[in-house]
Amino acid sequence: MQIIFFLLAATALISGIMVVIQVNPVRSALFLVLNFFALAAIYLLANAQFIAAIQIIVYAGAIMVLFLFVIMLLNLRQPEEGGAHRHLGQKIFGSSLATAVIALVIYKVFRMIVPPGKPLTPDFGSTEMVAKSLFTDYLLPFEMTSILLLVAVVGAVILARSKVE
Amino acid sequence: MNLPLLIGVMVVKILVVFVVFLTTIAYVVLMERKVLGFIQFRYGPNRVGPWGLLQPLADALKLIFKEDFTPPGANRFLFVLAPVIVGLTAFLPLAVIPFADKILPDTLTIYGQKLDLTVASLNRGVIADVNIGLLYIFAVASMAVYGAVIGGWSSNNKYSLLGALRLSAQMISYELALGLSVIGVLMIAGTLSLVKIVEAQQHMWFIVYQPLGFILFLTAAFAECARTPFDLIECENELVAGYQTEYSSMKWGLLMMGEYGHVVIASALTTTLFLGGWQGPFLPPVVWFLLKTFILIFFFIWVRGTFPRFRFDQLMYFGWKVLLPLSLVNILLTGIIMLYMPR
Amino acid sequence: MSIDIPTICLTNIGPLITLSVAGLLLLLFDAFSGKAMKKAHFHQFSLVAVVIALLQTVWLWNRQTTDFSRMIYVDNFSFFFNVIFLLGTGISIILSVHYLENYRKNYGEYYALMLFAAVGMILMAAGGNLVIIFLGVEILSIPIYILSGLFREDLKSNEAALKYLLLGAFSSAFLLFGIAMLYGGTGTFYLADLAAFIKKSGMNGFTYVGMGLLIVGFGFKVSMAPFHMWTPDVYEGAPTSITAFMSVGTKAAAFAAFLRVFLEVFPTVRMEWDLLLWVAAVATMTVGNVTALAQTNIKRMLAYSSIAHAGYILVGLIAGNQLGATGILYYLLAYTIMNLGAFGVVIAVARKKDNYLNIYDYAGLGFQYPGLAAVMSVFLFSLVGMPPTAGFLGKFYLFSAAVEAGYIWLVIIAVINSLISVYYYLRITVIMYMQPAEADLGPVAMTPVVNATLIISALAVLLIGIFPGSIFQLAMNSVKIFGS
Repeated sequence: MQIIFFLLAATALISGIMVVIQVNPVRSALFLVLNFFALAAIYLLANAQFIAAIQIIVYAGAIMVLFLFVIMLLNLRQPEEGGAHRHLGQKIFGSSLATAVIALVIYKVFRMIVPPGKPLTPDFGSTEMVAKSLFTDYLLPFEMTSILLLVAVVGAVILARSKVE
Repeated sequence: MNLPLLIGVMVVKILVVFVVFLTTIAYVVLMERKVLGFIQFRYGPNRVGPWGLLQPLADALKLIFKEDFTPPGANRFLFVLAPVIVGLTAFLPLAVIPFADKILPDTLTIYGQKLDLTVASLNRGVIADVNIGLLYIFAVASMAVYGAVIGGWSSNNKYSLLGALRLSAQMISYELALGLSVIGVLMIAGTLSLVKIVEAQQHMWFIVYQPLGFILFLTAAFAECARTPFDLIECENELVAGYQTEYSSMKWGLLMMGEYGHVVIASALTTTLFLGGWQGPFLPPVVWFLLKTFILIFFFIWVRGTFPRFRFDQLMYFGWKVLLPLSLVNILLTGIIMLYMPR
Repeated sequence: MSIDIPTICLTNIGPLITLSVAGLLLLLFDAFSGKAMKKAHFHQFSLVAVVIALLQTVWLWNRQTTDFSRMIYVDNFSFFFNVIFLLGTGISIILSVHYLENYRKNYGEYYALMLFAAVGMILMAAGGNLVIIFLGVEILSIPIYILSGLFREDLKSNEAALKYLLLGAFSSAFLLFGIAMLYGGTGTFYLADLAAFIKKSGMNGFTYVGMGLLIVGFGFKVSMAPFHMWTPDVYEGAPTSITAFMSVGTKAAAFAAFLRVFLEVFPTVRMEWDLLLWVAAVATMTVGNVTALAQTNIKRMLAYSSIAHAGYILVGLIAGNQLGATGILYYLLAYTIMNLGAFGVVIAVARKKDNYLNIYDYAGLGFQYPGLAAVMSVFLFSLVGMPPTAGFLGKFYLFSAAVEAGYIWLVIIAVINSLISVYYYLRITVIMYMQPAEADLGPVAMTPVVNATLIISALAVLLIGIFPGSIFQLAMNSVKIFGS
């Protein structure tokens, strides 16, 4: 289990890094899909089958397809060369700062004693459990999420619609 | 407990199912050509073997020996990856579709070893009884579009790209209706496991409780398989052959297999969800399952032979403004009926 | 499987329901009503919704409870902030009407999105669970990203929306990561449980990282330095009515969540974060005030001034005592009124389509439109913090809380900063009254409702500045939950 987890985590991290450093947007998007798959597999390892399936259906299956769709429709060209050397000082400063912070965080986290976790209930992660918590404890967040999504849809329509009047 | 033997039994089971599935695909192609021929007053293939029954073999041989061409400027890795994805997504849903009740006894003695076949439901007519079976199928099906998108993009051909764009728009639009139309079934069955859904139809098929859901599901399934009347992606007069334009040889063969694999899977899934799966009197369960599936496949072909193709705007209109609201209405109706008419 | 639905009381989220339903109805009206009737009634409808929500909020006064499985707090703290948010939303709606008509953008969605943003604010102030607070942040932010880019043909508006969206998404990621870290360290999302955990077993590596990331996330929303970079560009590019709305709404809501999380969850480890915020507060005040000196565009100037005000409010948070929290509430109320008032005048003076936003366009306003200039002066005096306005008392409470808590140097720096701010606020007054108009800029469109709103706001600024007692008591009552 441990080995599988670390393999998946490495896949997720590497594909995540590739998303950022790839110049070609289509490849970035495809690496993001790979990343989502690795995450879904990690969810499976954590016994959260429902979340894993939803992760693939929603993120990899719907959202990323739309991403690819838009990228292909816009037919984005590769950016001009020569942008890499600008802001070199900022880049060095920023990345060294980030490295220091990450090192600090890793140091702190590794030194801490992780509190013992609670044992899982047998039906943990099942669809029924997710549904149950969504309709009891997380009822309000669940309903509010629908408003959030509605707002996003309305916003997309406002910003994208052709000129009216 | 003997793990290697159990795994061996599992592998044999998977292989048998897989081979049967591949053969089915091959003969569905032949069946389509024959039935279309019948509809159009032609003979269809009748040269290779009796009644053309060996035609699939000939086709496969021909495809394997054709030149494997990669267009210049194509992204080689992705160009190869695309047919693989299409094929994979067509085969993977098979793992959770139950095709029979019990196919093996509970215990089996092989080489003097007593095997408990109830482990991992080895004795049942399903490869894996996953408790999120339906979600798994949707997850895999939603991956199918990547094959087309990647293939269309990596071919470096504008017809391919346009076909891929059309297909991705179409599949995303109809996936919603497809997913929502089965919610009614889930509400009645109360489970996502396909095995349990079939068992819940012991007394009555869900098509009786969910007539609207059945029609919606079947329609959306047609669109998801990109079959007539939703086959705009390979609209020959506009797009040559859509995202498949640049493919040749066995890569093209894999794309074709994927396409017909989707038809078979869609029929099998509809059977499982609405037509009682393997349930039926007198005949053995497997026969019932295959019979129902093939009737649906025939329906797919029949529609192809008799229906004209949609225009793209009609397709979008139909998906978003007809199917989607209707499937929502279906959920609402199911809920109301379940609430006020306790069985 | 049976599901036990927990007992819920819908009156506890009455304002949320009213605003959400009104938003939905507005969207439907806009889609299905005839052209003639719809233009005129959107703002009236949304104003009615805000008033109803306000009444429902008043109904909730002095309840001390939680609801929805402890997801939200129904207490006087959220009551006070609800009043601030609804007041801000109402005034912004009134200020928007004429402005939008000039641009022919009087959409129903505009008001619907404003109401939804108000829903997000209320959630942020009432959230008893980090999930709710995060959802609140998003429900507030997304409408504002959209409204900032409402003028699609205007490049600056596009720039504002894109900048705000990208940086906002980035800061949301920080917030979310912080929440995840806190969950990893303690195993709970509930503020009360988090507080109990930290009180019992202290901080650990995860909670440290989580707390730091929360500061970054909230700091972005309140435009705390060094996370303030987006503020001037977004404030300048967004439609002025939206700038007004977000300058008070986002800030108040973010401070509500900031205050609730830090005074409820982390009060026992104050030493860990007060130095960090001390530096941030000093940087925020100084950057805001010093940069504001150089601005000639009034929207940019007010943007930097809003950064500076965030710094003053942080002083109250650093003080961390009852008086500090009370001061923050009082100050936010005062700030809401005075800043909205100032933006109201800016909208009026800019005339059609934001033509006159330079501060020298205010020359001669004192003679041409003495009333407008007078109310503007009141708002500016209050922003400076001169007695007898509300701004003065707000600063007084904040700074005396910090003195009480022993942060003498912080107060000295804050006072120096206030002195700097005198220059750029009063410069406008000077221009209005001492310089003659260079050219006739055309008439300022005034509608009775806007006039009344501005006058009432100005009077309110003066009144709660002269008679602060009742508001102060109310704020005192509201922060009693933070026992320290």
